[in-house]
Amino acid sequence: MIPVAITVNGKVRTAHVEPRTLLVHFLREHLNLTGTHVGCDTSQCGACTVIVDGRSAKSCTIFAVQADGSTVTTIEGLAADGKLHPVQEGFWEEHGLQCGYCTPGMIMSAVNLLQDNPSPDEKQIREGIAGNFCRCTGYQHIVNAIQHAAKHGGGKAAR
Amino acid sequence: MTTSAPVLPKLIGERVKRREDPRLVRGLGTYVDDLKVTGMRHVAFKRSDIAHGTIRKIDTSAAEKMDGVEAVFTGADIAKILAPMPIGTPFPSPPHYAVAADTVRYAGEPVALVVAADRYVAKDAADAIVVTYDPLPVVVDPEAAMEGKPGVIHKDFPNNLAVALVPSGTGVAPDFSKIDNTAVDKAFAEAEVKISQRMVNHRLVPNAMEPRGVLAHWEPGKETMTIWSSTQNPHILKTMIAAMNGLGQHQVRAIAPEVGGGFGAKINIYAEEYVCSVVSKKLGIPVKWIEDRTEAFVATTHGRDIIGYVDIAARKDGKVLGLKMRLIADIGAYNMLLTAAVPTLTMLMANGTYDIPAIRTTLTEVFTNKTPTDAYRGAGRPEATYFVERAMDMLARELNMDPAELRRKNFIKPNQFPYQTQMGAVYDSGDYEKTLDVALKAANWKGLIAERDKARKEGRLVGLGLAFYVEVCGLGPSSSLPTGGWEHGQVTIERDGRITATTGASPHGQGNETTFAQMLADQFSVPFEHVTILHGDTGIVKQGIGTFGSRSQAVAGTALHLAGAKVKKKMAQFAAAMLEASEDDIVFENGTIGVKGAPAKAKPFAAIAGYAYVPVPLPQGMEPGLSDEAFFEPANNTYPFGCHISMLEIDRETGEPTLVKLIAVDDAGNLINPLIVEGQIHGGLAQGIGQAMIEEAVYNDEGQLMTGSFMDYAMPRATDFPRFEMASTVTPTPVNPFGAKGVGEAGTLGSTPCIVSAAVDALSPFGVKHIDMMLRPEKLWKIINGGGRS
Repeated sequence: MIPVAITVNGKVRTAHVEPRTLLVHFLREHLNLTGTHVGCDTSQCGACTVIVDGRSAKSCTIFAVQADGSTVTTIEGLAADGKLHPVQEGFWEEHGLQCGYCTPGMIMSAVNLLQDNPSPDEKQIREGIAGNFCRCTGYQHIVNAIQHAAKHGGGKAAR
Repeated sequence: MTTSAPVLPKLIGERVKRREDPRLVRGLGTYVDDLKVTGMRHVAFKRSDIAHGTIRKIDTSAAEKMDGVEAVFTGADIAKILAPMPIGTPFPSPPHYAVAADTVRYAGEPVALVVAADRYVAKDAADAIVVTYDPLPVVVDPEAAMEGKPGVIHKDFPNNLAVALVPSGTGVAPDFSKIDNTAVDKAFAEAEVKISQRMVNHRLVPNAMEPRGVLAHWEPGKETMTIWSSTQNPHILKTMIAAMNGLGQHQVRAIAPEVGGGFGAKINIYAEEYVCSVVSKKLGIPVKWIEDRTEAFVATTHGRDIIGYVDIAARKDGKVLGLKMRLIADIGAYNMLLTAAVPTLTMLMANGTYDIPAIRTTLTEVFTNKTPTDAYRGAGRPEATYFVERAMDMLARELNMDPAELRRKNFIKPNQFPYQTQMGAVYDSGDYEKTLDVALKAANWKGLIAERDKARKEGRLVGLGLAFYVEVCGLGPSSSLPTGGWEHGQVTIERDGRITATTGASPHGQGNETTFAQMLADQFSVPFEHVTILHGDTGIVKQGIGTFGSRSQAVAGTALHLAGAKVKKKMAQFAAAMLEASEDDIVFENGTIGVKGAPAKAKPFAAIAGYAYVPVPLPQGMEPGLSDEAFFEPANNTYPFGCHISMLEIDRETGEPTLVKLIAVDDAGNLINPLIVEGQIHGGLAQGIGQAMIEEAVYNDEGQLMTGSFMDYAMPRATDFPRFEMASTVTPTPVNPFGAKGVGEAGTLGSTPCIVSAAVDALSPFGVKHIDMMLRPEKLWKIINGGGRS
């Protein structure tokens, strides 16, 4: 067992974990932050996307011990003071989700996308979320959601 | 009531934002894998890595010795506590053990399982189980399988025939006592033009983003089983789990918590659900199994996989005289809950939207050493649409007719509805020509043709495709489903005037918490926020069937509406007593209940609700309280339809196709929430386009799934699609009071053939008449570089 200290959603969380523990399992099983989902086992689907030290990352591809000392934001840490992040608002406003399973990862990728490029065009949005699978929406309403977020300060919002 | 009170807007037909979303966008939905029960242990399965063989030996000793392992079960152990799994169709079926006891028949079939303290240990231990097999011949090609080659999978099913040559159509008596081919033979004898083509509607992997999962909790003290599962139909699950555990239905509670998509693949009641329940009961502890994605590729049912030999007989003017469709369905290794029924829907819908006087279809279902098939979004109807629409497109090409005009010539006309088809369906309502005209206009069909022709002159490979579809939705009635084809709803007015309603539908992305609340808010004239829809828990929802076959609005929505009407009547009686008015004069308006012509008398909705629960005085002949239920049995299915048009360009150098345009015009009858309907159509389009262009479950000769992970199976990404262009027409159904038909599967029907037809059109300069899906660039490149192929 290896000790880790990871700052998750603003709070330092310490634990002893097996070296093989994936970051996503650390978040879900140790911290009960179950908003981050597991949709595959080959790092394709992006359902587990979180933000690690300012960049979106697939948390199934990182061991918890690798994230030791890092700062992680999960979907649960996105809304501030009870107010939804503009990207979350965009998804609600534009029907950017159906079953909701890919949604947390999709939102985290979109947050990263808008931070890099606060006013992306449609092609840039589609490319920006190409690492996240959604089986329900056909992506069109997700694109609309991210456009909505971009118009409403999604790129500048804190996270 | 004061005149300044806000007027509540009507919600039916409005783009109301979903009330499911605030929890889901914050990561606060609770899916099966998010649940923990005290004392819970984890299950992992050891699965066969070969496609066909007998089990010579299973060595579980290393697994049993591992730290944290509680128990190991082999197939033989499970067979002692669990009978072979039942199916839901009336066809004969070979025994199917949840965990293979002596023979494995597809790669991925469970052979043993481990119960352990955590998931990592359970998987380690499952890996440590060593199984030795004696291999048997692997059956992969369904057409060879029909001749018993290279072997037979189930001993009582010679030539691997699960369902042998069921005929249907013109001249076939419903009980098959008479099969008269005269009309069909005559049509083909008199034909001036004939089309004949073998087509493959290939196998797909459904891939809901949430893999399956089960948590089974037997409580020995109470003698009750609670089972949480990522399922589309908890009530069916409850029934089956009770039966297979030797329990009464009162002892089982099945819960579908938040469910991350289903697409038909979560209708079946699976081995893992049965196994977790019997293991929990045997060990007296809660056990949980969560499917890995790579496991899901082989353990969750696949979809489609039907070969169609399609023949059309027509006159030179385009009038279709006859249709033949010989169908061969590769159903994989076993019959699952609805497996055998799915291809029968392909037969049922064989004629599509056309008035064809003579039709003969036959259906053969064949076992192969592959993952079993079952429903996948559209379930049999996309296959029918694909076959008939591709054949119509070939006929148009043969006659040098505009594909839209050929369809127009053969449509069932509005005055023919209700229309009894040769296949035994009764289409409820339709106005196909209107929808075609809207689609041609929305797409600017003539403009597209000019654009295509211009591109061709520049040497580019651009093609257009058009397809029309009709599908059977709103399933039941009960005669069509072994579970019964009704749905249940209960409406309760709480003491504070809030409305709680339960539905037997079990949404997993469809947004029924929103649409059903829209309906009830309008029915009672109360704010949307005052209505709550509960679902997915047999402990709360008394009865139900579930969500599949685009039935939620048409059947479950209607059940809720009928339950609401009963409660509303009783509430009006309480109001009449309280307001000293006649029941007939009571009006529900803007959150109040009042008397027609006497606005001053109106009371808040909540005040009447409160009176119903403390009824002093109790009006004569009345019971206290406001709660009632309804079962709705539809008299018929519904038959939504639409027209999809696409433009495709193929790169001459690489053969890579790009979808340039997709225009979808759908007619689902009246809509409750157009925003949600659009989302449903988009999702269906994506799956239909995925099938046409990139998705395919590919097996090798050893029966190994070569596209068995997201590394290998092309899941559509955001970059694979253009912006879809949408329009709609509205032809209400007379089958339910809303006139709503259903829309969940529609997108998968028209999109697939219209894209393949566009590809054929693009490559028509090379003499191509048909291309089997999916449109792999290599395949197209070969056509471009090696000349045509038919």
